[in-house]
Formats: sequence, C-alpha cells, structure tokens
Amino acid sequence: MSPQPQAAVGAPLSRVDGRLKVTGQAAYAADHDVEGMVHAVVVDSGIALGRITGIDVRAALAQPGVLKVISHLNAPKLAYRDNPGAFLDPEVGERLHVFQDDRVRFFGQPVAVVVARTLEAAQHAADLVKVSYRAGKSSTDLATTTRPVNDPMPAQDYERGAPEQALASAEVRLEQTYRATRNHHNAMEPHATIARWDGLSLTVWDKTQWVLGTRAELAAVFGLPQESVHVISPFVGGAFGNALRTWPHVTIAALAAREVRRPVKLVLTRRQLYYGVGYRPACEYTVRVGSDRSGRLTAMLHNLRAETSTYEHFAENTVVLGQMLYATPHVRQTFRTLPLDVNTPTFMRGPGFSTAAFAIESAMDELAHELGIDPIELRQRNEPETDQSNGRPFSTRRLRECFSVGAREFGWDRRDPRPRSTQDGDWLVGTGVASGCYDTLRSAAEAHVRLDADGTALIQAAASDMGPGTYTSMSQLAADALGLTMRTVRFELGDSDLPPAPPHGGSLTMASVGSAVQDGCDKLRQSAIKLAVEDERSPLHGVDAGDVIVRDGRLHLGSDPARGETYQQLLARNGRTHLEARGAFSPAAEQQFSTSAYSAVFAEVAVDRRLGLVRVRRMLGVYDVGRIISPKLADSQALGAMVGGIGMALLEHTVTDHRDGRIVNANLADYLVPVNADVPDLRAIYLEGEDPHADPIGVKGLGEIVKVGVAPAIANAVFHATGRRVRDLPITAEALL
Amino acid sequence: MYPFSYTKVSDTRAALAAGRSGGRYIAGGTTLVDLMRETVERPGTLVDISALPLREIMVTARGGLRIGALVRMAEAAADPKVRGTFPVISQALELSASAQLRNMATIGGNIMQRTRCAYFRDVTAVCNKREPGSGCAARDGFHRTHAILGTSDQCAATHPSDVAVAFAALEATVHLLGPDGQRSVAFSDFLLQPGRTPNREQALRAGELITAVEIPAHPRPLQSGYLKVRDRQSYEFALTSAAVALYVRDGVIREAKVAAGGVGTVPWKLPAVERRLIGERPSAALWARAAERAADGARPLEHNRFKVDLLKRTVERQLRIVGGTE
Ligand SMILES: Cc1cc2nc3c(=O)[nH]c(=O)nc-3n(C[C@H](O)[C@H](O)[C@H](O)COP(=O)(O)OP(=O)(O)OC[C@H]3O[C@@H](n4cnc5c(N)ncnc54)[C@H](O)[C@@H]3O)c2cc1C
Repeated sequence: MSPQPQAAVGAPLSRVDGRLKVTGQAAYAADHDVEGMVHAVVVDSGIALGRITGIDVRAALAQPGVLKVISHLNAPKLAYRDNPGAFLDPEVGERLHVFQDDRVRFFGQPVAVVVARTLEAAQHAADLVKVSYRAGKSSTDLATTTRPVNDPMPAQDYERGAPEQALASAEVRLEQTYRATRNHHNAMEPHATIARWDGLSLTVWDKTQWVLGTRAELAAVFGLPQESVHVISPFVGGAFGNALRTWPHVTIAALAAREVRRPVKLVLTRRQLYYGVGYRPACEYTVRVGSDRSGRLTAMLHNLRAETSTYEHFAENTVVLGQMLYATPHVRQTFRTLPLDVNTPTFMRGPGFSTAAFAIESAMDELAHELGIDPIELRQRNEPETDQSNGRPFSTRRLRECFSVGAREFGWDRRDPRPRSTQDGDWLVGTGVASGCYDTLRSAAEAHVRLDADGTALIQAAASDMGPGTYTSMSQLAADALGLTMRTVRFELGDSDLPPAPPHGGSLTMASVGSAVQDGCDKLRQSAIKLAVEDERSPLHGVDAGDVIVRDGRLHLGSDPARGETYQQLLARNGRTHLEARGAFSPAAEQQFSTSAYSAVFAEVAVDRRLGLVRVRRMLGVYDVGRIISPKLADSQALGAMVGGIGMALLEHTVTDHRDGRIVNANLADYLVPVNADVPDLRAIYLEGEDPHADPIGVKGLGEIVKVGVAPAIANAVFHATGRRVRDLPITAEALL
Repeated sequence: MYPFSYTKVSDTRAALAAGRSGGRYIAGGTTLVDLMRETVERPGTLVDISALPLREIMVTARGGLRIGALVRMAEAAADPKVRGTFPVISQALELSASAQLRNMATIGGNIMQRTRCAYFRDVTAVCNKREPGSGCAARDGFHRTHAILGTSDQCAATHPSDVAVAFAALEATVHLLGPDGQRSVAFSDFLLQPGRTPNREQALRAGELITAVEIPAHPRPLQSGYLKVRDRQSYEFALTSAAVALYVRDGVIREAKVAAGGVGTVPWKLPAVERRLIGERPSAALWARAAERAADGARPLEHNRFKVDLLKRTVERQLRIVGGTE
C-alpha cells in the first residue's frame, strides 16, 4: 500500500477551536444554559476532623428564592455501589460519600448544599447556614504527624540486589532528603457541573477529563444503569489531572437536582477548589546513593513518605523512576503514605515522576559535584542497557542524544563547573540540567469515522481536550489518513455517547485515541478505494488498491495523479450518502518493550546575591517522545510545562495551617503561579523520529514528560549559581539570604 | 452575595450626604467588592463616587503635586508631572497589582485598601482587626508575609499598598472633606498602627471623603525610585520594598526621604536611615551604614525573621540604585 502523503501531520497548525475559544464561544461546563436551571452553593466544613452536631438552616431557608438546604440530616441514602471501572480511584479506601453521615474528615469537606433560584441567593443563604461541630484532634502535617503509616500496597516496596551491603561498601556515599511540597493544579476553569434529571435518566454537563469515568461513577453512586447517564464535556479549561476522578461536587449537583426536581448548576469557588478536587501530595524523599569514584552507581536506596487522606490510600507512581532511570545494580525502595485529615490527593501533571525526579536528579547533581564530574557526563556513565524495572529492552531510549543535542544548543561547554563562578552585576548566574522520563501509557480506544457525500468527514470518540489540543491533533491525523484537508474534517469529543476512549491523562490520548482514529480513517479510506477499484465506472477501476492514494479528497493512482476521482463523485455515483468505519486500538496484552519517553532539561538562573531572589533566565528541553503529530501544540505542552516547573521549583506551595487544617492561601493572589514576567526564553526541541513499538502511530506521549525534570534542573542551576543546595521546594529568598 | 443597595452620586455634596447616612464609598471597586464577596466587609449601601470631579493631577502653587483621589493608578503612573518629579511614585504604582487593576483602581482606594493577611480575609478565622477581641490567628499561624515593625500583640498585618510607601517617604498630606468641612492630615498620621485597636486603620471620620493626596515640594533635582522585592516578578505584594528620594548638591546628600513597605503595619518611614545619610557623600559604605538602621525595633515572628535582613538589604540596594556609587 502506498503511504498517504503527509500534509497536516507534522505541520505547525493552529488550534482548530482557537477561534471559538478566543471569541468566548467555546462552551465550558458552567457556560451551558439549561432551561429551568437553578443554582447550588456548597457549604463546607470549618474543622478538619470531628462530627457535625447541628446544622441550623432557618435563616438560609427564610431567604427569598431559596429552595432547599440538603445535608446529611435530610439527604436520601445513595447507592454508592462499587465502581469497578474507576481504576483511577485509589485501590484501598472508599471515596467520600456526600451527606451520608455526620463525620468530618477534612477542612473544607462539603457538609451541606443550598439550592436557590439565583446564584446570589444561594451564595447568601450558604453564608447563613450555621454548622456546629464536635472537633477531634486533627493531624495534617506530613513532617510532624505521629500517625502510623498505611500498610504498603504491593508496588510500594521494591528491592533488587543487596542494596544495604552495596551501599556499605561503596567508594562514595551520599544521603539526602528532598521535600516537595503540596501543589494544587489551579486550572483556569473552575470545576462546574450542571445536572438534569429526566425521569430516571441523568444528564450532566461537567468539567471532566473522562466522560466515561464520570458516567460510570454517577451510575454507581445513584445505582443507575450506565445507559441512564449522559455526560457532556466539549471543552475543559485546563485540568492537569484534577478532572480525572469524579469528585464529590458532581454527585452533589446531581443529588440537588433530584431533590429540587429541577436542573441544578454548581460551580466550585476558587477556595473550594483547594479542598474539592485533589492536589499533588507533599512528599519527603530520602535518597542514599552509593557509587564508585568514576561515578558508576552501585546502589540507590529510596525512602519515601507522602500524604494521603484517612479515607483513601492514594499513592502517585513515584517509584518507577528510581528503578529504571540509571543503571543501578542494587536498589531498594520503601514508600509509605501517611493518613492525614486532608482530602485525597490526586494525579497532577507528571505525577510521581516529577516528585521523584526532583529527588533523584538533585542527588545526581550532588554526586556529580562531589566527584568533580560533569553532571551530563555522570548521567551518561550510568546509561542502562535494558529497563531494569521490568527487564525489557528499550524500544527507543535516546536520553544520551537528548543531552548531546541539548548541550550543543544550550552552550553547555561554556559552563564553568565551579559553583558561584559567574556573576553579572548583582546576579549570580548558574546553569543546571536534569533528566526526565515518563511511562508511556496506552489504553483501548475506539473511534467512529464517517465520510459524507459532500466530501467532509466527522470523526468521533469520547475523548477530552483539557488544553493539549485533542481536537486539532486528531483532525491532523484524520486529514492525512483520509486524504482530506483540515477544513473538511471535524473531530468530536466530550460526550459519553461517543465511542469509548480512555481517561485524558497519563499522556495516553494521542497514542491511544490517535491510533484508533488512524485505524478508523485507514479503514474508511481503504473501503472507499475498494469501492472505486471495483466500480466499472470509476477511472480507478481495476487498478491495485495499494496503488491508490487520496489527496485533497481525491482518490488517484500514486504513479499517475491524473487518473482518479473525488470522494464526492465516487459516493454520488454509487448512491451512497456516506461511508462509515469503526477504528479501534488496544495495546498488546504483554508489553515487549520499554517505551518510556525521555527528556534532558537545561536551565539558567540568576540569583540576586544579596536579596536571594531567583529568576529563571532561559530553559531548554530536549525530548525523546516519538513522533510529533502537531509541533505547535507540542510546543504549547512543553513550554507550558516548563512554566509549571518554574512554579513547582520557585513559587507553588499550598500552605496549610496545621492547627485546624485550613489552607491559608486558597486563592490565586496568595498561591503563586508564574506570571508572564517569570517566564523567560523557553525552548523545546524534539528528537526526530518515531517509536515503532510504542503504538501504530509511533508517538510516546508528551504532556506528562515535559513537566518531569524541570524543577530539579532549576534547583541544580541555583546550586551552581550560589553554591547553596536547597532541598525543599519551593526555593524562596529566605533559603538563599 | 448578601443583599446591599447601591447609589451613584455625581457631586461631592450628594456623596457626603450619602456617606453621612452610613453609605460606604466605592471607587474602582477592585478591593471592596472582593471583600464583600468574602463577607469580610458588609456595607449595606454602596455610594459610587467614581463620577466625582476628583480626577485631576496638579502642580501646587508651592511646587508640590496634588493627585485627586479618583485618579486611576494607571493615569497617575503615566502622568508626566508625576513621572518627571517623583519617579518613585510612578514606579511604586507600576509595580502594583496588574495593568487591568491599575486601570480601574484609584489613588484614594489604594491607600484605603485593607491588609492581605489571609486570616483577616477568611471570615471563618479569628481576627482582631475584623472582630475586635476575637484573637489573632496569624500570630501562631502562617505569617511569612506579615509585618515586623509597628506590630502589637493584637495584630501584625501589613499595610499592603506600594504607593503609600512612596507617599510616606515623601511626607505627603491627605486632603479630606467631611460633613464638617475640609481638613488635611499628614500621611504619617493617616494610616494607623494597630496597637489595641487594630480595627481602626485610618484617621478617617465617618462619612469623610478623601479628595486628594498632596506631595509637598522638594528641592530639585530630586532623585527617587522604588524597589519591590517579591517571590514572583509581577502581580504580588511586596515581601519588602523601599522608597528612596535623595537630593544631592555638591556631592553631599542634603535631603533623604526613605520609607519601607511589606514590613510595617503601616508604610514605615525610616528617619534613622535618613539621618545617617544627610550631610554625607554617597558611597557603598554609606549605603550599608545607613541601611543597618532600617530594621530598628523590628519584632519578627517565626516565619518572617528573614525580613529583618532582607529589609536592610533592600534599603541598601535602593539607596545605591537611586544614589549611585562609584
Ligand atoms: C489581585 C490584586 C493584587 C493587588 N496588588 C497590589 C499591589 O501589588 N500593590 C498595591 O499597592 N495594591 C495592590 N492591589 C490593591 C489595589 O491597588 C487596590 O485594590 C486598589 O488600589 C483599590 O482602589 P479602588 O479604587 O478599586 O478601591 P475600592 O475597592 O473602590 O475601595 C477601597 C476602599 O477605599 C475606600 N475609598 C475609596 N475611595 C475613597 C475616597 N475617595 N474616600 C474615602 N474612601 C474611599 C472604599 O470605601 C473602600 O473601603 C491589588 C489588588 C488585587 C485585587
């Protein structure tokens, strides 16, 4: 079969939905206007642990327009069936049940909801609800808690070789503890749900990265068959992982709608987002490294403690990196979570790997300094032959090349290795590097493809687009596979009635949904070609189907473009209104290769010698992520994640007042994320090529890896600039004065 | 949001009448509305004064500058009279908030803004400023950004304004109009330290309207500038800041006006620093010697100890930036 010409794929195209977004026409969850809709406002708890002893709703109910106040005192029992499909929920523990009992498990827990005809009335009435409590002694601080650790889950203990002995006999030893603080996603769009019941059927317009997950969870919570739940989510205004699970407020909206027998809209306030939709858990990560004098690692022992809630045992995948990033014969890991009186953490961009990379890549930098070896050279000396976490060969592992390209482009050879060696006025200037790596995840997906007689195509899957540009990248794949232009293909997502797609996270959308789209479009194109070559009236009649390609909607012989016809002509003549195909992708049951994505991240920072302020001057990321479908979108991902990494390294810090578990900076004025002025010259380079073993379209996934390694590159640059090693994130002025 | 009423007035008389009967003035609304949403402030009646004729910037007869209370932060910052005479004011404004906020927010509203203490702004926490006698959640809570100067057992919240630091340094005057007529208050007396009444923040009587802020004439050429130190490079309140104005003649400092922000319960004038400067010749050593006195009397809390050092360094740096060194 001759290959389809590549026109859209690989071209730096702008988002197909960009215009809708910048003109305000893209409807996000709260933007939908549902007839007869009323408003719900959540009342949340003012203690972190205890019991509700009373809820006084008289003043609230007396307000004009208030329809109902729902709490555990009057809420119906909900089914809360097991949801076996909720594989993103923690394996151990039970999701929060809303309004089912008097227990308070964290500060900010929903304890009641007010429903009123207007938002203003609901807000005001919510302020008037008086809740009284009997408070217990809460524990919310990972550093000081005396709570016993949770029993480990299977993946939380790991050992190979004889790590303690190897460490004891190592020529060089290093032990350090690194602390990554709690971070919140802080997506621009607040979580919102509109719920409407029609008899026993439930429709929700929701902010979600996984319409099918939301459907399954609502069905489980309300004891409905899945077919009775319809989830709609065409646009998501950023999520970074916090819209993967179906959080309690979604249930609250549906419950409220059922109770007041009207559609209900519920939008979390910015403050409520800090308690309602997860966060990156705080983690203390102790590394003990043994190496020989040439820098070859002999042992690495990892001891991790991370926070979780008392009701769910959430653990990020913080362990894999330490098992496979560098050749290390002897490894031990113990990872324990601590049950605190907090809401359950969740996945946040580069989950687990970002945290682990901060510790491991800082430790590698410390080792390089200790041994007097260039930090890139140290990493090169520890390149593994195979993936030691699972024994598999690498499909592609081009970390070496990431470093060599990066070193050249960044000007690494001009670096004076001595810390505090470069000064520019009041600024100490330093550079640092770190490796990044992220699992290449894949999941089964399907896509429906339909080509109409007018020559336009519609491709559908229950996927999501939280910002990476799914609409655009899928359209690019489809356009080339169908031989159409970008204008004549349209991709639809965000509706649970569409063909199944996995959660929009873990960098698996492009790989999984993309492979299904490719498959469906290939099938459709082939069926059209078959129709033509078997049709006596077609100019292509009788030619070998493998010799036909489609370009700009016209089927023609690869060797003779003049011989062919358009889709329209073909379909019209055959009396077909349309052609359809179903695309599918499912990953091999048994993975043959280790297909992780890799990166080398370079950062230059300046630290004010006297004032301690850290300013990133430039960053470069070089990525081994397989094939790049959409370079402009790839840059949005990579540069955006560098911005997020600047936040993680220097600014972001959820501050909890451990006296009562309240988050003190639960707003965007006090929780600092980088602003434009903090974002300097950022650049991304993608190694050319593809990963033939990763999936049919050769991509490894990009959205997560780009976050990994950014924070340690910055931290290592701070060390190089100042000679001060800061092991606690974020790095702020007081650590450098 | 709780129910409230709103009226818009078009002349000062109507404003004062509405103010006298308990109405609360609203100018740009950029901070009052936030506080109302959080129910930290609960005025029953808002009196919109944005149409009052208080939008002029004029040079006074004595060569000072009078900035109307309703001049927008962006307008004041861009005004050639302000920029030319007192760069410290322009710089303090331009380093404040965001461009959008500066387009809405007024000078009067700015100096009236309330503290950013997280507990003050969270009605579920105790706060002596919000509810006298209820306690201070910040003292044993999180207080990295809090004041080290001018604090009391009751309150350690900073006054967050940047331009107020420039006004304090330049010894401005606040012009007020009330039911009993006009009066003027020295800037240093206008904003109040918490003491035992942290709920009282300004020397403003009920119903009084700020009409203008006046900066007195200073000898020229006056070199001045504002330095703001903060974690992120924009859109954040100061950890520390310094407003410095120097008049140097024949190589000798004749006048020195210095105040600090981010560190005091009110913008913190630094007379001890000023005294060390006057009569001296600019030098790196002088800046260091003068800045040593910047944190005199500081009483830090657990999380803001670093501000003592940072404040001295901030002042030293800004003395050098404004005064130059060889
Ligand atoms: C996110 C954010 C960041 C910010 N960052 C900074 C910063 O970095 N630096 C900084 O200095 N400021 C900052 N600000 C504060 C901002 O400067 C103030 O919100 C603004 O100056 C207030 O002016 P306004 O006209 O909007 O006041 P309004 O909100 O209208 O009023 C504020 C108060 O002043 C009173 N008032 C207003 N005018 C008069 C008058 N003429 N007479 C008597 N009383 C009056 C009102 O009654 C009210 O109590 C920030 C604000 C926000 C929201």
